[in-house]
Amino acid sequence: MSTLEIRGLKVSVETEQGAVEILKGVDLTIKSGETHAIMGPNGSGKSTLAYSIAGHPKYTITEGTVTLDGEDVLEMSVDERAKAGLFLAMQYPVEVPGVSVSNFLRTAATALRGEAPKLREWVGEVKSAMESLKMDPSFAQRNVNEGFSGGEKKRHEIMQLELLKPKFAILDETDSGLDVDALRIVSEGVVRAKEANNHGILLITHYTRILKYIKPDFVHVFANGRIVEEGGPELADKLEAQGYAEYVTA
Amino acid sequence: MSSLQSNVLENHTPTGREEAWRFTPLKRLGGMHDGSATAVERNSLAVKGSLATGVTFSHQEIEAVTQTDDVIVNRVRQFTSKGAVLSIAPNAEIAEPIMLNRSSFGTDSAEFSRVLIKAGNHSKSVVVIENTGDTHLAEDLEIVVEPGAHLTLIALQEWGSKTIHAARHHAIVDRDATFKSIVVTVGGDVVRLLPTVDFIAPGASCDLSGVYFATAGQFFEHRMFVDHKVPNAKSRVNYKGALAGDKAHTVWIGDVFIRAAAEGTDTYELNRNLLLSDGARADSVPNLEIETGEIVGAGHASTTGRFDDEQLFYLMSRGINMDDARRLVVRGFFNEIVSEIGIEAIQERIMARIDGELAKAGK
Repeated sequence: MSTLEIRGLKVSVETEQGAVEILKGVDLTIKSGETHAIMGPNGSGKSTLAYSIAGHPKYTITEGTVTLDGEDVLEMSVDERAKAGLFLAMQYPVEVPGVSVSNFLRTAATALRGEAPKLREWVGEVKSAMESLKMDPSFAQRNVNEGFSGGEKKRHEIMQLELLKPKFAILDETDSGLDVDALRIVSEGVVRAKEANNHGILLITHYTRILKYIKPDFVHVFANGRIVEEGGPELADKLEAQGYAEYVTA
Repeated sequence: MSSLQSNVLENHTPTGREEAWRFTPLKRLGGMHDGSATAVERNSLAVKGSLATGVTFSHQEIEAVTQTDDVIVNRVRQFTSKGAVLSIAPNAEIAEPIMLNRSSFGTDSAEFSRVLIKAGNHSKSVVVIENTGDTHLAEDLEIVVEPGAHLTLIALQEWGSKTIHAARHHAIVDRDATFKSIVVTVGGDVVRLLPTVDFIAPGASCDLSGVYFATAGQFFEHRMFVDHKVPNAKSRVNYKGALAGDKAHTVWIGDVFIRAAAEGTDTYELNRNLLLSDGARADSVPNLEIETGEIVGAGHASTTGRFDDEQLFYLMSRGINMDDARRLVVRGFFNEIVSEIGIEAIQERIMARIDGELAKAGK
């Protein structure tokens, strides 16, 4: 059983007008096997939370703590956070020209597992992950995210989730830009990975539609850099009906 | 006289003010340009392994097939009328790469070397020249690609740190012939290469690709000139470079001249540089001069940038450490061109050398 604990997290970014505070004190505790949905309007700071936990250099932590089983995550470099068990599925995965998916996945798996996976087993793992996400085998030879459609990028992110087996998965708007079929395939991948690994999920989304496939245990409404309301799955139904208006004007 | 033609070199000792010499550190050329070098004939170019049927190689008298306006090439021609001649017979299809290398050197004198590569009509071949070790070398390399021939020339500058190498690779490309050049420059103190192409009949095409990696104190210059003087020829230029370390300096010049007669020309040139540290300098100058509007296309692009933080973040967020992430990005950057070599062992050797240069450059 693992615990990811966020306490009083304040985060700012540098702009031409000086530092601007985006997160204004976030408290959140996620345990293995739990699915937490963070829902909120655009610009509320949801993605900043995701990238701050992963260690993106653009964000400066000004206050608060993030710990994973008591270990100080904020002291870790980006790769150390991944090795500690954090995984961020990005909203806009980055193109890496000239680096094949197959080379990238194997390099990542080698780094995270501490040794190169045995070739035969690895080929099988990748093949089955690709098949279950309905990806063409030729995908492995393409360059990372280069020329991928929106749906292919998200499948590739979730394929990594399945292969890299983190303790906690942060899914940043994984549903954005997906049509109904792709949404179902990608969501099924998330559910399958969770059933296999029992990791905790922090699911960041603007819309409720992905929650039909990935059932949250907890829903947190995010507005203006902090959590403003918390509840169970029923809170998502309320948001579906009423939108974010009351939180934005509040 | 076009401005590009006057760009090329005049037959006098350069002062550094000339367009063609304005980037080159003349004092580091070992006197090859001003006649003060002790010129010697070493015949250092040799066949590695054996030659396939249809291929001959010998040292003999050479009659120049190209005009030159480069002072170093002129001095080489004045010094010697002999050189190495590699011939591929007409219609010969040579399955295995023809391997040449240079050995037997010294740096107390300068080898003045002439080379002629003749790809007979409708032949198909790949020629590899491996340059390793430390030497001073002034090289006049002429290439004739006869009608319908397909020649790939892979020139690998894997020199040691004391080498001074000035060369012109001057190709004459005939009707429906293709000339593909891959230049790799990853070693040497000063390397100045002038890939030059004359199209002499319609339907000819060339593809000039290159990679270079300069570390502290190294100067690598690649200066192309593609002369579209006939209709319906096609040229592509794609050079990629990385620089790391104090006073690492690279120069890429892409001169393309589309003459009035060259209707139907299709040309595009690209140079990308990756600056991996402070104190390094990449000069990148595409020049396109067009005398006719009746062309298929003409374009160029040049970019110089640093490591993309988003790429490094993405890779590191998957557990890959900083050094490995940088290595992946740099390998990826060069992969597009290195993979074109098509010879696995050489590709891996070049990539390993690039890894080594990157590691040497430090953080």
